[in-house]
Amino acid sequence: MKFGIVRFPGSNCDDDALDVCARVLAPEGAEGRILWHKDHDLGGVDVVILPGGFSYGDYLRAGAMAAWSPIMREVKAFADRGGWVLAICNGFQIACEAGLLEGALTRNASLRFECRDVHVRVEGRPTPFTQAIPAGRVLKMTIAHAEGRYVHPDVDRLEKEGLVVFRYVTADGRVTPEANPNGSVANIAGVTNARGNVVALMPHPERNVEMLLGEGGEDGRRIFESAIAAAAGVPARVGA
Amino acid sequence: MKIKVFVTLKKGVLDPQGQAVQKTLARTGFDEVAGVRIGKYIELDVADGTPSARVEEMCKKLLANTVIEDFRIES
Repeated sequence: MKFGIVRFPGSNCDDDALDVCARVLAPEGAEGRILWHKDHDLGGVDVVILPGGFSYGDYLRAGAMAAWSPIMREVKAFADRGGWVLAICNGFQIACEAGLLEGALTRNASLRFECRDVHVRVEGRPTPFTQAIPAGRVLKMTIAHAEGRYVHPDVDRLEKEGLVVFRYVTADGRVTPEANPNGSVANIAGVTNARGNVVALMPHPERNVEMLLGEGGEDGRRIFESAIAAAAGVPARVGA
Repeated sequence: MKIKVFVTLKKGVLDPQGQAVQKTLARTGFDEVAGVRIGKYIELDVADGTPSARVEEMCKKLLANTVIEDFRIES
C-alpha cells in the first residue's frame, strides 16, 4: 500500500510520516513517498497524508494558504473519487480550510501551545483508518498545537451522523473537561467526512509508532495498520 | 483603489486572545473594559472599479473562514 505525504512549505512532520510508511511499516507492506505541493500528480498513491507543521507560517489562518496549493486540487479530486486521506494536525487545519471536512480549528482556549501526551477514544462510524480498531478503544498519542480547538456550528448533527471519530478522554476513557487540551467542542479530537474516506485528527499518530521512543507508546501505529488491513480487505482487529 | 476588510470572530466563538488582553488591561488599571474581541484588518489595493461582489468572493474564499469569522468590507 502506497502512502503519499504532501510536503508544503513549512510542513515539519512530513519526514516522520514518511518514516512510518517507508520504514516502520515496510514489513507490513507499506511504502511511502513525498508529494511536492506544486505538483499536479499524486503518483498513483493509495493514501494521501496531509502532515503536521506550520504550512506557510500559519499566515492568515492555520492551513488557509496550503488549502489552495496546486496539489490540493488533485487531493480534492482524489477524495471525491473515494481516495483515502489522513490529515494530521496542520493537515487537519488544511483539510477544513480546503472544504474536505466540516468545521474549523482555532486558537486553543488555554492560549498555550499544548505539547503533551493525550488520550483519545476511537468512535463514530468506521473509516479505513479506524475500522480495525475496536470502538471505544483509548489510544495514547502526542499533541503539539496552538490552534486545535475544533469549532462546528452543528455538533449534534456531526454526532448523529457518527462523524466524530476521535474524542479527548481520560486514560480510562471518560469525557471530562480536564481531558480536553484545547477547548474543542464536545472534546472532539478528530472527524471524518460523510463518506468516511477523509479522516483528520489533531494528535500525531506518526510520533507514536515505536516503543523505542519510550513512554509515548505505539498506539498511533494502529491508525496506519488499520488502513493497511482495510486495503487488504481484512476485517482484522489490530492490537486487540 | 484601497479596500478595507475587517475580519472578526463570529458572536459566540470564544476569543481567548481577547480575554487575555482584557485581563491585562484590567491588571494595568483599565478595569472598565468589560470585553475585548480581536480581529484582523486587511488592506487591499485593487484596480479602480473592482465590483464589490469580487471582494466579497475574496473574503468568502480566502480572507475569512466563514465557519468562525464574519467580515465587513469598506471602500
